[in-house]
Amino acid sequence: MATQQTQFLGRALLTPAVALLFIWMIVPLAMTIYFSTLHYSLLDSENWSFVGLENFRYFLTDPAFLTSLQNTLVLVGSVLAITILFGTPLALLLDQPVIGRSIVRLMVIAPFFVMPTVSALVWKNLLMHPVSGLFAWIATSFGMTPIDWFNDAPLLAVILIVAWQWLPFATLILLTALQSQDEEQKEAAEMDGASALSTFIYLTLPHLARPITVVILIETIFLLTVFAEIFVTTGGGPGLATTNIAFLIYSQALIQYDVGNASAGGLVAVVIANIVAFFLVRIVGRNLEA
Amino acid sequence: MARKVTSRRVWVSTAAAWLFGFLIFLPILWMVLTSFKTELEAFSMPPKFLLFHWTTENYATVQERSDYFHHALNSIIVAGGSTLIAMLIAIPAAWSMAFAPTKRTKDVLLWMLSTKMMPSVGVLVPIYLIFRDFGMLDTRAGLVMILGLGNLPIVIWMLFTYFKEVPKDILEAARMDGATIGRELIYVLTPMAVPGLASTLLLNFILAWNEAFWTLNLSTLDAAPLTVFIASYSSPEGLFWAKLSAASTLAIAPIIVLGWFTQRQLVRGLTFGAVK
Repeated sequence: MATQQTQFLGRALLTPAVALLFIWMIVPLAMTIYFSTLHYSLLDSENWSFVGLENFRYFLTDPAFLTSLQNTLVLVGSVLAITILFGTPLALLLDQPVIGRSIVRLMVIAPFFVMPTVSALVWKNLLMHPVSGLFAWIATSFGMTPIDWFNDAPLLAVILIVAWQWLPFATLILLTALQSQDEEQKEAAEMDGASALSTFIYLTLPHLARPITVVILIETIFLLTVFAEIFVTTGGGPGLATTNIAFLIYSQALIQYDVGNASAGGLVAVVIANIVAFFLVRIVGRNLEA
Repeated sequence: MARKVTSRRVWVSTAAAWLFGFLIFLPILWMVLTSFKTELEAFSMPPKFLLFHWTTENYATVQERSDYFHHALNSIIVAGGSTLIAMLIAIPAAWSMAFAPTKRTKDVLLWMLSTKMMPSVGVLVPIYLIFRDFGMLDTRAGLVMILGLGNLPIVIWMLFTYFKEVPKDILEAARMDGATIGRELIYVLTPMAVPGLASTLLLNFILAWNEAFWTLNLSTLDAAPLTVFIASYSSPEGLFWAKLSAASTLAIAPIIVLGWFTQRQLVRGLTFGAVK
């Protein structure tokens, strides 16, 4: 057991990390809270005044907020649906005996390592360009009219790009979980005459329930603040069509220089993320006991 | 008893897996192919798949016109520096929580995790203003600091789960034999922890290399890493697909290679040990 000496040493070694993380969390957050009560523009930084909750009233009743909240929810929901619905069968497929499985796995995982600005620009130009893109060529070869993705379906275009980046993540985690499944249990079920379908429904799906929950929570945390993909492809447009909460706050802060309003929005984003984080922390915490 | 696997089933699943793998990989493959075309052929319709005039001129042009190596060096310094700083702070902390745990260790760990949940955009305004007032905008030091702090919770968590797996008996045996804590650290723990340290280092280097919120908002030119450099190709004036592809290929190639080595650790690191 830990002696007094190691306990003292333990505390001393832990302190720097805790202190730094505490400062990193508290100082900017306190500043955001303070700014959110001010009328403060960087264009006129001499004239600032205390306005109480006025910024929150303005931000929450701004039609742009509702639009961007809706876009955020559609983006998060669609990407989650795509990555889980395609990731699960893909993981099951890669769990089968496949010749050259390790190479297939490398190809499937690769998109996760591509930096967001690269994947966004490659998709926008090389694949989704309405005249010279690969998709346009495929569409015309089948006698269809190519889609002008970023004018006619800009949010869908962003969703596809982000889903392509996160599909490997979901697949990899589900595959890892599948490989830890109890083989003997499956064999016993087969010996007892269970069909492949019922083995899947009664053994594999329950086994995947937890990793799927983990995938949903972690992806949600990252997807709530998708930024670079929107920044380099649409700039939030056309109009507000692809503006999510993160991009709305960015444009209020660094394009309109409205510090007060952007801070109020930032706090709204923190609250939304915390609701998700609450559930994730509980799941991870339960795992720590084991 | 191994389950019977019919050869027909193997062929079907092999064909399906290769098809889907190829489709998912296609955008990257297409980008690499485009990087070896001339600008004219990059646009041509119908697209040319393999039978085009292969050229490496795009790679040379990217360096000449835009000083690619300057941005690549920034990426290496920012990703490497922020990872090293995070490791220096995290190793003692993870050691302490794994080997000298107290009643509050679990709470501390979960609290650290929750700091990672804070959306960056929520603190964009204060961080931007602090950077502006302290002259840290567009500096490598500023980016190293912010990415190091941002990844610190993940680093601590990964190291903690690795340290946890080191068998306690061995450490106790060393202690019984009269090893001091310093010796125990250097001769017993370190050799066993090297694989864990290496994969933590690698995964965080990758995450920092690809980070595209703080880098886009806090750097423009001098300190701009490759994420920002590639983003500059989004301007609508003239389309340079072949050059965009060449620059992109150079920017992601090293990371994809590193990433392939760390697939397993990736799962552990990004799920905070919830899935192994």
